[in-house]
Amino acid sequence: MPKVIFIAADQIRREIDIPSGWSLMEGAVQNDVSGIVAECGGGCACATCHVFIEEPWLAKLPASVPSEMDLLECTAVTRQPNSRLSCQIKLSAELDGMVVHLPERQT
Amino acid sequence: MTRCVIVGAGQAGLQIAETLRRGGFEGELLLLGDESSLPYQRPPLSKKYLLNEVEAARLLFRPAEHFAKLKVEVRLDTQVARIERATRELVLADGSHLTYDRLALTTGARVRQLSVPGAADSRVCYLRGLADAERIRVQLAAARRVAIIGGGFIGLEVAAIARQLGKEVTVIEAQSRVLQRVVAPAISSFFHTLHTGYGVRILLEQQVNHLERAAECSTVVTDDGTRVAVDLIVVGIGVVPNVELADAAGLICEAGIVVDEFACTSDPVIVAAGDCTRHRNLLYALPQRLESVQNAVDQAKVAVGTLLGAPVAYAQVPWFWSDQYEVKLQIAGIATGYDDLVLRGVPADGSFSAFYFAGERVIAVDSINRPAEHMAARKLIAAGGRCTKAQVADLATDLKSIL
Repeated sequence: MPKVIFIAADQIRREIDIPSGWSLMEGAVQNDVSGIVAECGGGCACATCHVFIEEPWLAKLPASVPSEMDLLECTAVTRQPNSRLSCQIKLSAELDGMVVHLPERQT
Repeated sequence: MTRCVIVGAGQAGLQIAETLRRGGFEGELLLLGDESSLPYQRPPLSKKYLLNEVEAARLLFRPAEHFAKLKVEVRLDTQVARIERATRELVLADGSHLTYDRLALTTGARVRQLSVPGAADSRVCYLRGLADAERIRVQLAAARRVAIIGGGFIGLEVAAIARQLGKEVTVIEAQSRVLQRVVAPAISSFFHTLHTGYGVRILLEQQVNHLERAAECSTVVTDDGTRVAVDLIVVGIGVVPNVELADAAGLICEAGIVVDEFACTSDPVIVAAGDCTRHRNLLYALPQRLESVQNAVDQAKVAVGTLLGAPVAYAQVPWFWSDQYEVKLQIAGIATGYDDLVLRGVPADGSFSAFYFAGERVIAVDSINRPAEHMAARKLIAAGGRCTKAQVADLATDLKSIL
């Protein structure tokens, strides 16, 4: 299972194993990572599962679909070049060790 | 408060439990559910789950350990027989008693049953819980022809899935258009065209008269004699709020457990939230009863404020969504009472929004494949909906700039 390292806005760090094929959002929510709300349940419809992805993992991710790009303009904390919606990131072995920073708030 | 019992382990019940703990409540906390599963997400049941894209374990909101960590005692397969308000006790179906000093009712809703002759047929399915979805998933795999009774969200979502699985699909709707209860004619028309374009047959203004069962198939017979022979019938004709427990305990119920803007019932130690409530929202003059994730979550948070003695009135813009084929419909606000509809974008492009105006104010917005406009619409409506029809119709105007 790929391991993901979540770093909250207050720098508290959590390492979580997430099954391949699951979304980053699902893995976070099921493990109660606070800082991800995901109010639409993973439909790429709400912008409340916003995360920042560190390199080199960012470059390994498939490009955002247009709806994700639009929603990244609606995040509670202003988007950065490494912003993604975690519901759109599917875990795979290639993403093992990925470092994910959480914004201060989602709504 | 030393012991809070939550009846109903759906989205609202879970939200109350977690928000109470995060809000500093240290007493005993019990979450009672009448299903066999830990709290799970319902929206995917009519979508990804039927397509076999997610297994049941992935629908769980939280793993079992989470509840232990939060010190929430979850009791599944637990039926509550009645509430004894005088002694602040619940009597469970097995005869045991549970005391409370605060009670939260998040009993949800159940499907409305088809009440025509022949409706008790094993080929007839309803969709509300995980067990229902599992039954439809299995029967759908073996079916060649499917009838959907009811052209609302559930009916159309299941119709879309059945078409994606290659089934022959007929939707039978009693009204003159699909989604009549929730959207304007222009949006109904968009979804009608979408489904017929995918090969769904839609019969409008057709009341189901009775069902006929034969060994090899069942036939839906409408009032005008139309016969639709199928292998599976999915009924989606709305839900009924689960008020019986509250009603029998003497709490005020009017097609929903009546609560004020603080999610408080007519008994000050009992709150209620979610699909089961008829509630006040400060944004609306009339009481509302909504079936949605948003209402379950936001009203649950309001209920917790009340339980913790720090009440905050409910004043959130309602929102809803539906996924059908490649189309995502998102609705912000409540359109009741609108007098004009203004389109932003062109339906034929498969991506547009419809703004419902009451006088000079936007009260609701339906967005089709425009999630960012939906997010902006929620803010616009929350801020009072003041904008001009020309502004919203003009694609060059950034909606966020109107706020």
